[in-house]
Amino acid sequence: MSRILLEVKDLHAGYGATEVLHGLSMQIEEGSITTLLGANGAGKTTTLRALSKMIKVRGQILFDGQAIDALATEDIVRLGVAHVPDGRGTFGSLSAEENLQLGSYTRKDKKEAALDQEKMYAYFPRLKERRHQQAGTLSGGEQQMLAIARALMLRPRLLLLDEPSFGLAPLIVKEIFDIMRTINTVDKVTILLVEQNAAMALDLASHAYLLETGKLVLSGRSEDLKQDEAVRRSYLGH
Amino acid sequence: MSNTSSLAPVATALPWIRLILGMGAACALPFFITNYHVFQASLVLCYAIALVGLNILIGYSGQISLGHGAFLAIGAYTTAVLMDKFDMPYWMTIPIAAAVCLAVGFLFGLPALRLEGHYLALATFALAVALPQLLKFKHLEFLTGGVQGIVIMKPESPFETLFGLKLNSDRWLYFFTLTVTVIMFVIGWNLIRGRIGRALIAIRDQPIAAASMGINTPLYKSLAFGVSAMFTGVAGALSAILVAFVAPDSFTVFLSITLMVGMVIGGVTSLPGALYGAIFIQFIPNIADQISKAAPWAIYGVMLILFMYAMPTGIAGALRLLGQKIRPHNA
Amino acid sequence: METFIHQVVAGIATGGVYASLALALVMIYQSTHHINFAQGEIAMFATYMAWTLINAGVSYWLAFVCTILLAFTLGVLIQRIIIQPVEKAPVLNVVVVFIGLLVILNSIAGWVFTYTIKSFPSPFPKEPPFGLHFISSHELGSIGVTLVLLVLLYGFFKFTPLGLAMRASAQNPDSSRLVGIRVGWMLALGWGLAAAIGSVAGMMIAPVVFLEPNMMSGILLYAFAAALVGGIDSPGGAVLGGFIVGILENLLGAYVIGTELKLSVALVLIIVVLTIKPAGLFGKVIVSRV
Repeated sequence: MSRILLEVKDLHAGYGATEVLHGLSMQIEEGSITTLLGANGAGKTTTLRALSKMIKVRGQILFDGQAIDALATEDIVRLGVAHVPDGRGTFGSLSAEENLQLGSYTRKDKKEAALDQEKMYAYFPRLKERRHQQAGTLSGGEQQMLAIARALMLRPRLLLLDEPSFGLAPLIVKEIFDIMRTINTVDKVTILLVEQNAAMALDLASHAYLLETGKLVLSGRSEDLKQDEAVRRSYLGH
Repeated sequence: MSNTSSLAPVATALPWIRLILGMGAACALPFFITNYHVFQASLVLCYAIALVGLNILIGYSGQISLGHGAFLAIGAYTTAVLMDKFDMPYWMTIPIAAAVCLAVGFLFGLPALRLEGHYLALATFALAVALPQLLKFKHLEFLTGGVQGIVIMKPESPFETLFGLKLNSDRWLYFFTLTVTVIMFVIGWNLIRGRIGRALIAIRDQPIAAASMGINTPLYKSLAFGVSAMFTGVAGALSAILVAFVAPDSFTVFLSITLMVGMVIGGVTSLPGALYGAIFIQFIPNIADQISKAAPWAIYGVMLILFMYAMPTGIAGALRLLGQKIRPHNA
Repeated sequence: METFIHQVVAGIATGGVYASLALALVMIYQSTHHINFAQGEIAMFATYMAWTLINAGVSYWLAFVCTILLAFTLGVLIQRIIIQPVEKAPVLNVVVVFIGLLVILNSIAGWVFTYTIKSFPSPFPKEPPFGLHFISSHELGSIGVTLVLLVLLYGFFKFTPLGLAMRASAQNPDSSRLVGIRVGWMLALGWGLAAAIGSVAGMMIAPVVFLEPNMMSGILLYAFAAALVGGIDSPGGAVLGGFIVGILENLLGAYVIGTELKLSVALVLIIVVLTIKPAGLFGKVIVSRV
């Protein structure tokens, strides 16, 4: 049984007076790919935002045994948690390469960071072609790749991904999902993936959670959820 | 439900009771304080009128002006010139000053409304800077009196006594100012509550939606400028009569900034706020001076900052919050 | 003809000062969307600090460097202590805080240093350079210092990681946090840099306009106008705007209207430009989707 990298206990979070997450608890094993599924408005994006403290939270979040629920976003990042937000969050006016450099901003090992940049270009050759182009002018798929690459420049232990398939053509999505498989197996990055595309997500991930209106209704191994009657009908279409 | 309904008539009567008590106190005031304090109270009322005007522009219509001191100047000089060169009675100059400022404000608003935010701030700031310089301009001296300004005769009270109480010039002018203040506040209240006010708020909050609903946005924005200038012009005219003197250096940029500060501290989009702000503008510099003779404006600056930390919604907002805490179940 | 060239050159020299202050304004605007109305007073205060050091016997260039560092620290402290609490407040509240800051600095300067006009030394020789008639050594030196400052700043923002982090924080604070940047400190740094730039501007203009607590108010107005003419979100535009305003002011004063009304006329002209091009000469017209 692997170590638990991320443990969430009774998490409540929301926006202003509206509570969206009502007591979420989950455990992410180190080295796994876990997916968080659910319909629109279930609270998936809110969960990731809560984990990187972009919003106020109540409850306990433990990263590698250390409580992070009282820390600020930038401190959580410095512990090795990279969050690719919905909307990608690229720095539109800066070049693609500058975006990558920002990803490694907190790292002290500058030489290694430069090597990592080359590694990113190897994963995403399209980005290398457009390295000096303004990030805002890249296509949707390229921006998504850039956002993931920037997150990986941190050499994170945990990667939080919010709907990477959103608005992208199926071929591009497959490319991105293949790369996620690689970074998980080769670079040993633990991934928590929020996805609407349940089929692809359940193929990629080993574990899954199902969120409905702020509460977890189902959790377990992907194979088991794939067979689950309710999941099949509502999220897999068969 | 049943126990609050018996309180309902009291609840709706409360604001009227407060208003009547307030007016009563305002009328009784001049007989209990020195002539100089009566003069200061009159100035507070002037500032209050100006702040209502500024509020209409900034609070309700969402534009900005760092130059309303210029309209104080235009109103004041209109009165001074009419009284000095044309021997017009003081009370007749007020509506004329109002009309002049309404026109000037509207005309200034027409091109200025192409600018938003900081650009409009600069344009109004330029107005505030330019006007005193224009007033000092050699070639206009025949009208403006140049650097020395214009001295006017302080009006005497037409009545010796009021209900047996002695009425001197200061007291008479106080009541005159109070009457004009009440009239202006009523006009302001009606404007804000009526169609024009609602149109302005719509333009402020959702300009594109407002335009698509058929609100002639440029017209209303210029109108807001004109009306707010009119209010400030009336205040300027009154202040000229009270002080009996106008000069370019009385209307520096700092005056415009003071007006804006007063409005924010009193409370934006609040009629009572205009009064609180006026009191602040008139008396806090004196208090600051008493605290520190050496650097009174430093104390003033500190107070500005502290007020913003402690009362972000202004004095009016703070009082409202206090009122809610005392009567939380008020329907 | 020579006087014309001299007016233009003098305009470039003062324009450099306006350009520096305009750049400081744009820097703070880009990261906070607020116009720092107290920028001029901070520069004035820093110049007084330089004057104090020089009067205490410190050599000019050493005092120059110390003042820049002191101004930087002052800027950082002001942001952390006074500005940060009202960061999320409504715009008008922030404006009042800036005005309060302006008034405090002005008043303390007047109290500590008195309102009597003082002379401030120029590090450049009194004789005109290379025997030229249309430019003084101070004007040439001032232009040189301004250019060095602008080049250093450009290099800092374009080529250093910290400069990149600051640009990122100004553009997108949320994403910046997600790469671990401490955005709050980036803001403080921006203020520190703006104050440092202001101090250089102050030390360059003080020999010309003489040192007194109100020396910067007209200059700040020109800098504000310059920033808007260039486009409030464009650092390059602000710099160019500064030079344009400097030249315009000098030519207007010499040939059109005389010194009393030149401020008004300059401002009116600038406003006319803005009514034609509301986003400034180089500003981006942001087309927002409804």
